[in-house]
Amino acid sequence: MARLTINGAPRDIEVDPDTPLLWVIREQIGLTGTKYGCGVAACGACTVHIDGVATRSCVLPVSAVEPDQQITTIEGLSPDSSHPVQQAWLALDVPQCGYCQAGMIMAAAGLLMQNPNPTDEDINAEITNICRCGTYNRVRAAIKLAANSGEAVQRG
Amino acid sequence: MNAIISISRRSFIVGVATTAGGLSLGFNLPFIKAALAEGAETAPEINAWVVIRPDDTVVIRIARSEMGQGTLTGLAQLVAEELNCDWSKVTTEYPSPAQNLARDRVWGNFSTGGSRGIRESHEYVRIGGAVAREMLIAAAAAEWGVPASECTARMGMVTHPASDRATFYGQLAAAAARMTPPANVTLKDPKDWTIAGKPLPRLDTADKLNGSQVYGVDLKLPNMLNAAIRACPYFGGKVESFDAAAVASMPGVRTVVQVDETAVAVVADTWWRAKTALDALPVVWDEGPNRQVTSASIAAMLEEGLGANDAFIGAEQGDAGAALSAADRTVTATYAFPYQNHATMEPMNATALYTPERCEVWVPTQNGEASLAAAAEAAGLPVQQCEVHKIHLGGGFGRRGNFQDYVRQSVSIARQVPGAPVKLVWSREEDMLHGAYHPTTRCRLTGALDADGNLTALHMRISGQSILAAVRPEGMQNGMDPVVFQGLVLNGTEGTLGYTVDNLLVDHAMRNPPIPPGFWRGVNLNQNALYVECFMDELAHAAGVDPLAFRRKLMANHPKHLAVLEAVAERIGWDTPPAAGIHRGLAQIMGFGSYVAAAAEVSVTDGQLRILRIVAATDPGHVVNPAQVERQVEGSFVYGLSACIYGECTVNGGRMEQENFDSYEVVRMADMPAVETIILPSGGFWGGVGEPTIAVAAPAVLNAIFAATGKRIRTLPLKNHDLA
Repeated sequence: MARLTINGAPRDIEVDPDTPLLWVIREQIGLTGTKYGCGVAACGACTVHIDGVATRSCVLPVSAVEPDQQITTIEGLSPDSSHPVQQAWLALDVPQCGYCQAGMIMAAAGLLMQNPNPTDEDINAEITNICRCGTYNRVRAAIKLAANSGEAVQRG
Repeated sequence: MNAIISISRRSFIVGVATTAGGLSLGFNLPFIKAALAEGAETAPEINAWVVIRPDDTVVIRIARSEMGQGTLTGLAQLVAEELNCDWSKVTTEYPSPAQNLARDRVWGNFSTGGSRGIRESHEYVRIGGAVAREMLIAAAAAEWGVPASECTARMGMVTHPASDRATFYGQLAAAAARMTPPANVTLKDPKDWTIAGKPLPRLDTADKLNGSQVYGVDLKLPNMLNAAIRACPYFGGKVESFDAAAVASMPGVRTVVQVDETAVAVVADTWWRAKTALDALPVVWDEGPNRQVTSASIAAMLEEGLGANDAFIGAEQGDAGAALSAADRTVTATYAFPYQNHATMEPMNATALYTPERCEVWVPTQNGEASLAAAAEAAGLPVQQCEVHKIHLGGGFGRRGNFQDYVRQSVSIARQVPGAPVKLVWSREEDMLHGAYHPTTRCRLTGALDADGNLTALHMRISGQSILAAVRPEGMQNGMDPVVFQGLVLNGTEGTLGYTVDNLLVDHAMRNPPIPPGFWRGVNLNQNALYVECFMDELAHAAGVDPLAFRRKLMANHPKHLAVLEAVAERIGWDTPPAAGIHRGLAQIMGFGSYVAAAAEVSVTDGQLRILRIVAATDPGHVVNPAQVERQVEGSFVYGLSACIYGECTVNGGRMEQENFDSYEVVRMADMPAVETIILPSGGFWGGVGEPTIAVAAPAVLNAIFAATGKRIRTLPLKNHDLA
């Protein structure tokens, strides 16, 4: 039995303690917006926030997460896609296939919480998620648009 | 130019009864979002392409698959343009492959590859929209008792100006569905388009921002089980034995099954538990006949082909052999292109539900009909007792079209747990080890230069792997694979060489290593453009002529090829020197029916390459959505530069060495240059967009690297080369 706080709600789950958080989120909790891409923390498709910090969940055993730590998934970033990063993504029509985009959005939102006005170099260093369709330039533009939107991004 | 199109009555089977029959297939499982939209089956179908609900919602049927390339939006724009509907009321749905079969393939080809999604179906989907429009007008005219010719349709409304009457499509749909389709419709001239041709936002973005888009890996069905699979990692190998009992009692495990000759799978309550048990499962492999195969042995095999006497001829003009023998000066170089994996972000997957009477599969597929055929074959059932539900793809790039291995596997597993849906998801490692790899080829190019620096003869000898020979032998022509020559042929509309060389020979010595090849986004255009465009740069430098000027002299008979090349050269400022430390390269090619070119600016400092700027130009004839064309062009550089800089699957001991993104690196944010896209639609033809530009990415950059360093890189990827 493990207790997790996901998108603000406590959840008690029966799970093998070494199960990666990603698979608990996808298979036990049933939130499938967080994606499996590599299983070795190399691609970032599984990015969630833990206490506001963008974290790759595919190699993190669920037993390493404390019950009171706040886990935020893409479904919990905002109730209505109104987070400034989601709004910027919509304005620039960023996604192509979209599979990596939840991870991208969570990584971007995490970056902006730590660094509200990232430079190109900051974005290069912090956004290392893989997109195979080729949305990088629009991801970059959307991060800057969100940073300039004037809205506080200290959420999620 | 307006085209009067004659409509075959047979291709427009219309009517509510047909729709209802077509949709009420089999199991009443909860449909996924990408399947038929809720309520559509009760709304009148005007024809196969258009359903209009009483609330004026227009449901446009899309036969091709959406995998990120934007075809869903583009095809909807084409139908909506002719339908004269309100774009804000448009939604889409996929008809299913079984429905297509049951209705005499009314939706045509489902295959989504070869950059054909728009260019191959633009005419019949526009006719579908135009026919529906005319039927709506006819219904209004009949109701009002006025001539249809006095009525007009606009923004989802039919009006009769003379009597000042108007009504919305939603009110007319039921009556329109009963109208006889017109025998002829006139399609609009693209210059009059108001919906098509415009940079409209995609229809599928919102769900991709909040986790609600359902991909194949996300599917949930009642009582669903999950399967993890391992196939023999050695090409040509098989399963010899496995010890199911060793993992049978592990948590969640339901069963361990042999999938086919080559693979075993664990079925469990969750995928993670299936994977955990699979990792613990003792398997003995029959390693097969290829354990001695390595990248080096494959290279030697291809090297032999470069000098072999027998070769298939793809293009011939004059007498290249004689001209080269007689030439005062020749230039020779040998290039090579390695294996690549598609590496779609969503790993291969399929979910199957089998009973002795019926088989149903949910799958992200580039070809729903190929999935249906694979499902029926694997199930051992007549195709009429099978169904495939298409799901949006988390990337396709050619891996999910011709190859339906994951469908066959999922059905094979489901047959061993009948009555329960089983979701099969490959691990990334499985995906990397069991690709349908971009084939490997080599090319030796020999050119003759006269005293004035003109190219008088060119021989391109390609040696290497044929895709068609392995996966579509029916496409071979007397033993020759014509697709090997993409972009290098003299005639046709798909991809002709943009240079006139008096004495030309392009030939292919087929050498097929035992590695499964496949159609990888851009296919053979990728390496052919690399070979011809880098060698043109070599020839220009050997002749002491500017690379653009050298090409121009050969391109007088190829104005469309030249136009895109001139466009990128002008935009990048080819005629003015770049800033200190910045160097430029050019490339052009024709492929998938379109003309493309790229110019690159790079710097190389202490061996460190930076790609600073890319200018790309595309002439696809007609443009349905310029915003989506820009995205495809930008994405092409991610794919093309990933291959150029990092991409390489190496063979050792008869298997691939790379198993994940930690050893198969791809372009990420930090590598990504700015991309400026110039769209130059010259009209008169329909070319593809998703693939051709990939091919010019590497040669433009490699030619710029030569300008920067004097180093000629002839084998990819760049990571293996020291630029210092």
